[in-house]
Formats: sequence, C-alpha cells, structure tokens
Amino acid sequence: MSQRIAMLKEALEQRILVLDGAMGTMIQRHKLTEADYRGDRFRDWTQDVKGNNDLLTLTQPEIIMDIHRQYYAAGSDIVETNSFNSTKVSQADYGMEDLAYELNKEGASIARIVADEVTAENPGKPRFVAGTLGPTSRTASLSPDVNNPAFRNVSFDELTSNYIEATKGLIEGGADIIMIETIFDTLNAKAAIFAINKTFSDLAVKLPVMISGTITDASGRTLSGQTAEAFWYSVRHAAPLTIGFNCALGARELRQHIVSVSKIADCGISAHPNAGLPNEMGEYDESPAEMSAQLNEWANSGLLNIVGGCCGTEPAHIKAIADAVLGVKPRAIPVIEPHMRLSGLEPFEVIQQ
Amino acid sequence: MKVQKLKKSPIFINVGERTNVTGSARFKKLILNGDFSEALDVARQQVEAGAQIIDINMDEAMLDSEQAMVTFLNLIASEPDISRVPIMIDSSKWSVIEAGLKCVQGKAVVNSISMKEGKENFIAQARLIKNYGAAAVVMAFDEQGQADTCARKVEICTKSYEILVNEAGFPPEDIIFDPNIFAVATGIEEHNNYGVDFIEATRKIKETLPHAHVSGGVSNVSFSFRGNNPVREAMHSVFLYHAIQAGMDMGIVNAGLITVYSEIPADLRERVEDVILNRRPDATDRLLDIAAQFKGEKGVQLTEDLSWREKPVEKRLSHSLVKGITAYIEEDTEEARQKSGKAIEVIEGPLMDGMNVVGDLFGSGQMFLPQVVKSARVMKQAVAYLLPFIEAEKATSGEISTKGKILMATVKGDVHDIGKNIVGVVLQCNNYEIVDLGVMVSYDKILQTARDEKVDIIGLSGLITPSLEEMAQVAEEMQRQDFTIPVMIGGATTSKIHTAVKIAPHYDHPIVHVLDASRAVGVASNLLSKTHKQDFVAKISGEYQGLRAAHARGQKKKDRITIGECRDNKFPLDWDNYTPPKPSFLGVKSFDDFDLGKLVNHIDWTPFFRTWELTGHYPKILTDNVVGEIARNLFADAEAMLKSIQDEKWLTARAVIGFWPANAVGDDVMLYTDDSRKEILERVPFLRQQIRKREGSYNMCLADYMAPESSGKADYLGGFVVTAGLGIEEKLKEFQAKFDDFNDILLKSLADRLAEAFAEQMHEQVRKEYWGYAKDETLSNQELIRERYDGIRPAPGYPACPDHTTKPALFELLDGTNNAGVTLTDSMAMLPASSVSGYYFSHPKAQYFGIGKIGEDQLEDYAKRRGIDLKDARRWLASNII
Repeated sequence: MSQRIAMLKEALEQRILVLDGAMGTMIQRHKLTEADYRGDRFRDWTQDVKGNNDLLTLTQPEIIMDIHRQYYAAGSDIVETNSFNSTKVSQADYGMEDLAYELNKEGASIARIVADEVTAENPGKPRFVAGTLGPTSRTASLSPDVNNPAFRNVSFDELTSNYIEATKGLIEGGADIIMIETIFDTLNAKAAIFAINKTFSDLAVKLPVMISGTITDASGRTLSGQTAEAFWYSVRHAAPLTIGFNCALGARELRQHIVSVSKIADCGISAHPNAGLPNEMGEYDESPAEMSAQLNEWANSGLLNIVGGCCGTEPAHIKAIADAVLGVKPRAIPVIEPHMRLSGLEPFEVIQQ
Repeated sequence: MKVQKLKKSPIFINVGERTNVTGSARFKKLILNGDFSEALDVARQQVEAGAQIIDINMDEAMLDSEQAMVTFLNLIASEPDISRVPIMIDSSKWSVIEAGLKCVQGKAVVNSISMKEGKENFIAQARLIKNYGAAAVVMAFDEQGQADTCARKVEICTKSYEILVNEAGFPPEDIIFDPNIFAVATGIEEHNNYGVDFIEATRKIKETLPHAHVSGGVSNVSFSFRGNNPVREAMHSVFLYHAIQAGMDMGIVNAGLITVYSEIPADLRERVEDVILNRRPDATDRLLDIAAQFKGEKGVQLTEDLSWREKPVEKRLSHSLVKGITAYIEEDTEEARQKSGKAIEVIEGPLMDGMNVVGDLFGSGQMFLPQVVKSARVMKQAVAYLLPFIEAEKATSGEISTKGKILMATVKGDVHDIGKNIVGVVLQCNNYEIVDLGVMVSYDKILQTARDEKVDIIGLSGLITPSLEEMAQVAEEMQRQDFTIPVMIGGATTSKIHTAVKIAPHYDHPIVHVLDASRAVGVASNLLSKTHKQDFVAKISGEYQGLRAAHARGQKKKDRITIGECRDNKFPLDWDNYTPPKPSFLGVKSFDDFDLGKLVNHIDWTPFFRTWELTGHYPKILTDNVVGEIARNLFADAEAMLKSIQDEKWLTARAVIGFWPANAVGDDVMLYTDDSRKEILERVPFLRQQIRKREGSYNMCLADYMAPESSGKADYLGGFVVTAGLGIEEKLKEFQAKFDDFNDILLKSLADRLAEAFAEQMHEQVRKEYWGYAKDETLSNQELIRERYDGIRPAPGYPACPDHTTKPALFELLDGTNNAGVTLTDSMAMLPASSVSGYYFSHPKAQYFGIGKIGEDQLEDYAKRRGIDLKDARRWLASNII
C-alpha cells in the first residue's frame, strides 16, 4: 500500500490527476427495479430498498464495477467508491445500518479489483481508489427543528463512530485514499477527520486524505454558513492531500471559491463541479465541451491538482476533462506563513507582530 | 518614561468576556434562569461592539456546565451574526471543554490547558485539541502552582512549548500563552511587581518561542480598585499600552472598560503608570490619594459630531451631499448663493462638485445605492431652493451646463418604475439632466418629447414581458421617423440577449442594454463621448451581432419535439387513488381593508434589498462586511416607514379570492358553473413545455395538476387578486413635491413587498382555511419563502403560464376591479402596481416550472384554444417563441 501512496504522490507532482464523474446518473441508465436492487440476498427484506444505490455494491457488483471501468477508460486516475451513503445513519433509512461496514469494505474491494485490472493493462498509468465518506443525511451544527434551534438530531460522537466503522471498511477493502466529500456542515467533516485519525492510529496505517466541501449557492457559503476560507481553516488540522469543493455549483460559479482556497492552502486543490447549474427541471445539461473548456482555463491558471465531475457528469465529460488538463502543469503548492488562523463562519487570521 | 517608537503598529486581538458566568453577574443570572435568548443578546452585543473572538464560560457550581456549554454553543451556531467570529471555549474542567469542542464547526480556541496535572495529561489533551481542530491557551501553571515571577512564567512557558511542539506535534502558531495577570496595588508588597513580571515575561516569550502568542485577563490587574471604574479603566489602558508593546497580542477585555491612553488625565496617568510599572515604593498610596476624586466622574456623553459645521460652506455642502444630510442644506445653499452672488454658480460649482464626489464614490463601489438616493434628495432640495433665484437671474444667465439630456420613460402598458427612477437619480447625480415622462408612456409621446426637448438619449424601462414588445415598437418608430439618438434599455425582464435579438435590429443606431443603475452612467457617458462613442458603439454592435449569431445557432441545436409527443409525456399523477379536496365555499369572497400589520411579518426582505442593488440574503446581509451597514440603515428606514404606513394608513390592502368546480381537458382547465359540472363557465388554456426531456422527466403543463374530466374526480381551481397599493398615489405626490426620491422609491419598494407578503398570507389562509386542505400546516416565514407547502399559486405572465392576456378572464371571474380595486392596463399590467394575481392549484405534487420556448405547432393550437388571432398570440408570447 505504501508503494501505491508513493506512486500517487509522485503522479501528483507531475500532472493534474483526474477523478471520476457522477455515479447516480450512470446507475439510472440501467433502469433497475426493486427486485434488481434486492438481488437474491435481500429478496425478503421488509422495507423497499430501491434507490439505495450503495446496496448495489453487494447485489449488482458487476454494474458498479462496469461504471468504474468506464470512468477509468475515459481517463480517470482515481475513482470514488460507491459508498457515499454507507454509514449507519444514512443506511437506517432502509433498515440496513448493520451492513455499513460491509458496504464500505466491498465498495473499496470491487473498485480495487477494477483499478488493479486497468493498471495491469497500462502499468505506466497507475489507477487509484478513493474511499468515499459522504456527509450523511444529518447535520451536527444545524437544528432540524425551527422552534428549537439548540436541538440536534445527530451528535459528534455518533458521527465519529459511524465514520470510524466506514473508514475501517474502506481501508480493509483496499482504498488508497480516504475522501470526505460533499461537506455541507463542517462539523460533520470534523467528526470524520477525528474518526479517520483514530482509525489510522488503531490500524497503524496512514492514507492520504482528500477533503471536499460544498458551497451551496450564490451566497458563497456552505450550508452551515461558512465561507470557503473559514471552511479551510476549520479542517486544516487534517493535513490533507487536497482541499477543494464539489457539487451544488457548476464550474462557472465554483471558480471564485477554488481561487480563494488556492491562495491560502498549503496542500493540493481538488474540484469536481456539477455539469452546470440545474435547469428549470432540475437537470444538469452543461456539455462535456462547455465544462472542459472552463476546467482547461482553471488548469492553465494554475488552480488544479485533482479534477473531476459531480452531478450530471458522465464518462464523456471525464474524457473531455482529462483531455483538457492533459499536459498542463499542476498547481504548485504555495508556502504559507505559520500564522494562527481561526474561524467562525468567517476566517480570522492572527498575524504576528 | 520615554515612549518607544515601534517599527510596526502592534496588533491586538480583543476577546469578548461578557459571556462568562464567572466574570459577569448579569450573564450568570440569565444562564441560571435559563434565559438563553437574552444571553444570546449579550453575545451579539459583544460581537457588534468589536469583539473578534468571544469567550464562553459556564463554570458555575449551580449549573450543569457541560449541558449549559452545549446548549449555548448550539444556539450560537444558529445566529450568524454571532457565530461569524471564532469561539473561545473557556472552562477549568476538561469534560466541559471537550463537550464544547464537539459543537463548533469553526476553528475555536480552548481556554485553557496547563501542566498543573502533570505532563502526560497535558500531552493527551493537546493531542485531542489538535484532532478537534482548535488552538489552545496554555496557562503558566505546573504541578508546583501558578507562576508569579517573570522567571517562573518564562520557565513554565518554555517547557510547555517544547513539550507541545516536539512531543505532542502541536503547531506553535496555535499556542497562546497566558502568563497570568495578577492584581497590583493590593497593599501587599510582594504584589507590586506583578505588572512588570507579566510585561517582561511577555517580552521574553515573544523573543524566544517562535510563532507563539501571549494573552491574559486584563481586568485582574485592577481588582483592588473595584467600584472605581475611571481608575480601573485607566489601569487597564496603561497596562495594555505597555504589555502590547512588549508583544501581548490578545486579551480578554471588556471593550467598554478601557479609555484611550492619551486621554487619561496627566496626573492620573502618571500615578497609574507608577503602579503598573512599579516605579516607586509609595505608588499605591499616591494612586489611592487621588482615586476618590475620579470616582464620580461619568464617561463623556456621546454627542453628534458637528465639527464639520466649522468648515467653509463649499465643504459643508459637499459633506451634506455625501452623507445625505438635509438638515442644513437650505441655510448652506443660501450662504453659498450670497457668497457667489449668482444662484446658477452654486449649482455649477459646489453642488456639482459635491455630486461628483458622490458619483465617484458610487462608481468605485465605496457608496451604495440607498446612500446615493439620499444624496440626490439633498441635491434636489438645494436646487429647488435656488430655482426662484435662477428664474430671476435668467435674463443674464444661460442654461445650466450638463453632460447631456436623457429622456426616461416606462413604456406604454407598464406601470413599474422603481428601477427607472433609481437610474434617473443615479444619472442626475452624475450631472445628466433627466426628462422623466413617468409610466405608461406611448411611443408618440416619447418621440414627440424627445424632439421638443432635444434630448441626447432615450431610456426605456419595463418590468412585464409585453413591455419587451412595446420597446421593439418604439425602436421601429424611431427608425421610421429618422431618429439617430441612442437608446438605453433596462428593467427586470429585459436582457442583453433580448435587446440584441429582438430590439436592436429594428433601429440603425445604437440600442444598448443597461444591466443595472450602476452601469447607467458608464453607458451614457460612452454614448455621448466625442472620443469614445465610435469605439463603444462598434464594440456593442459587434457583441450583439455575436449574440444574435449564437442565438440563431442555439435555436437550431435545441431539441424540440411536437406538441403531440409532449402531451404523451405529461406529468403522470395517479388520479384513481387521489381525491382532490373541496374548498369550503364556491364562488368569490372579498377582503376589504386587510390588516397591514399581519403582512409586515411575512415580508420577504431579500428581494427588497435587491431592488436597492444590495445583493445578499436577509438577514445575513445586515452583517455583511461590505454592505452590512448600508443594509442596516436602509432596513431601519424601511421599518420606520412601515410603521407610518400602518399608523397613518398610507396604504389599503384589499383582496378577492374564488374557487370554481374544474377539470382538465387536454391542456385546458374547464371551469363549471356549479358542481353538477354540466355547464362550462370558462375555459382556461395553459401552455406545455416543449423541449426534449431526458428519460424520467416530463413536459409539464399546469393542467396536469388538475384532475382530468375522464377521471370522474371532482377538482377545483382557485383564483386571486391581492393589492397593497391602494392610496399610494397621494403619498407619492407628497414626496415628489418635496423632491424626495428616496422616500418615493422606498414606499414603492415596500408596497411591492407588502403585496407579495399579502399574496403569501392569503395563500396560507387558503390552504389552512378557505380551501382547507392543510389545516395543520405550521411553517416558519423562511420555509414559506422557500415554498415548503402543498399547492402553488402561479401568476399569469410568469414562467409557468406566461400569457398575460388570460388576466382579463381571471379578473372577470373574480370581479377584481370592484372586489379588490385593481384594474388592468392595455398591456395587462395591474394598477396599482403593487398587486398580485394568479391561480391556486391544490395538488400536493404541484410545483412551479418554466414553460421555456414553444414551437409553432403549439402556438397555433394555443391561439385556437384561446380564440385569438395567431398574430396576437405571437405578440403576447414573444419571449416564449423560438
């Protein structure tokens, strides 16, 4: 494993690495039925499970592996495991909280098989697996009850134990990277960081960590209200491989926030925007050409180390993006003065006299 | 003592201390009584008063400190104006600190840890703090006790630093040492040097421990002078003055308890300095000797700073203009007139100079629209004062020289003029003369006036979609009548692409879209510039040419399908298993003189600020770094006016709602005379989306939300007209007579908001009571604004049903003119302008959507269903046609 990490870090110095695109839209193409989701193993499950995409890792692994394969074929260096909702809290919606560990482990394991297979075909381009930790369906710093703003429906400790279980599964399934993504609420991400560090120390391993937040709208803030800079200061103690943003915005709207963190982060920058903003029907319709043209400009402006796509992006987008950043120098990681940098919703830097 | 010059100005971080139960009796009482909302106000006041970090401490024997810390931090998390700053989690109990760390999303500061319980514990806590992502205050404290002398302070801090950095892997920049501030002048000789010990230890720490910070609780130092705030304040400020120079860069300070060092009376300062710096053995006694005489002294009363009134009259005029102060404008204008001898020169001289300053500040983003409008009010009052003198002087003087004359008009059929008035004000501020023809101006009048007044530019404005067509009409006429002057286009539905594609081709001379008021000056000056006009016009015309070409290409590319295919892909609803709710009455019900007080709380403020070109979400905008202050001032003005609107009955709100038995037949909704559903009362035709959809999404039409006739289910359609603008004209005239653009625009923008709030409020009552299908609905204002309820209220002319010409039928059904006092113009705009009308659909799956572009086949079909000429249909649906 340490050898792969070394290869990953080497590759990052040489070029901009490419992530994959959306998983959900690729799954939708198969028009799976309730019976397909259940497979044999969960034939008699008492609740409906259609829509539990992470479950397909167990019941339709070929479909998931094929999607990974398509993204690698399109030029992805890194694919993300199908484990966005594989935490106890999120799986509870389907009564499947006991499967959380297995979903993570298997999710990493099938991605590992495909990555090794594709690497074997072209050893000059090693392929990696990022084990995904999603935001869960709950937020630790926002109240779901407007009449009781002090109420929380999930605690830091509960999230931590969820994320420890998931991280353990991802590591044991063979992930090369742990990626905390689509962070709406920074407190959830801080619980994930706490869990990752705990798991690393329990298992005596250390993988690179990618952190990707979500700026929810034109306000330029996360759902929990932080600016891009404040978000970075809140998670910087993870000493991640990359910091960046994904989802909610298209490349056009996301650029300014990537620029903000790019100036202050002494680690890599990652971005996987949506294919534009949703149209009036909630669909993402930015074409591969439109999207990759923008990301090409980002790359040329020295903003990127890792790039991919989120909602609405398909292998055609990833191929266009991979082509667009091919041969462009990755962003040079800046040296940042060691000042105390705190944050509330806004950043606060204490500059030494 | 010699005052040393510093190379760089020292930085000092002010930590708010009022949210500390051990330090504030008031806060303690609030927390013990469970009055968290008042307690939050304490936190908010601190942030407003300038605290850059807030310290929170719940260490009180009578409290469950852990629980109190968690509750308070959770509450703070939902208050953006407090939680924007970092939190300092303050407790002597580790369990409380850890519980607090699990509640904050930002990077906080722990206050505090130390080596008092041994090295192992210290390292373990430091590692956890790092893992939670926080910085830490480290006390100069070890197993032997708290450090008092300079040597002990430095020794413990140095040792702590080495352990933290080398053994716990703690980042040195995240360490804040607290080398203990103790009380001086206690009468005990050993205490006399405590101030000096702290200051010298600070100096040493900053010199030898890289990146670390120094903090302390400042009020401790003056503890022996409790009850004598003037002396305590002086002690704090003298202590800080010296400690900051030594390198103290953070402190827990009550900002209200500090005076400015240089403003401390000289004798007091000298004696305080003797005490703090331990300069003489009798220092304490000497301070005590004079302390009593300061005790009763109250702080200086805050009074308005009127020093600007001392300046020359030109400066005073400029000050009044920039600050928007009307109080002195007439007397200053008169003084300037007497000084100059000629009224005209006052305008061309000091007043214009002042407005140029305003224009420059606005142009460079240092002033915002609400301020500019207030400046214009001052200007207009000054000009109004001078006019009689100018008339008298006219024989000997010429016209006032301006940069150009611009005609402004809201086009025929449209009554919306807030945006137009704002643009007019901004242009006037920049020395353009404005000829404002008001609203509903026909092209005849526009062009005749343009000729008579010899204007240099025509500015056209409109808000509703038919106005776009009217603007094209004006352009056509200008071409026909051989005009050559440029045209500026603005207003909410206008766009660059529409101007390029639909308006500009009609006229051989420049037609330029102006996005908002802040761009108007740039466009006007370019259009009238002798040197730049050619380049500017060439650039715009090239750009528009490109837009037209891209648009033509885009049209070919857009994948549209036939209306038949679209109908096959309608929104599927399971009518077999759904029974539409029946309204509590059929027919109409009117509401005269609706209580405005009920509407005020339902106002959605975000669009209000957008009207004033202040972008950001309410309430966040009130604390925005850039526009927060302006937004707060504008908000205060708005609230004051809302009060007058209610107290003095400036406006009357009326409404009418109605429900009719209805079923869908194809894309039409048929209304029946009664529930037997035999006789058709009215046919309400709707349009359907016509772009090709991805698998699993549908070509939406409002009729899809109505039970089809074939389902055999009894369904109903609702309709409404609400207005909050009755009586507005009278008040507007009053403002206009006083040249008060600010209040004119403010009232219109508030009436618009009230009308929207009324529509929202009426919809809520319909859901809960009159239609009654959501009796148990409880939603907050924010959720209402986000439309988290069942059913929709689409308005004719808006994206889901873009045909304005269905309004007359709706008005007839409701008798909107008699029942709500609202009439329709030729272009289907409602009068008063602050009115909303629309349909109610009850289906829980109903959602808002936009029709987008439709094809020729649907246009023909629709014209037939509406029973109108294809030509008329094309005109009214211009912006929906490919």
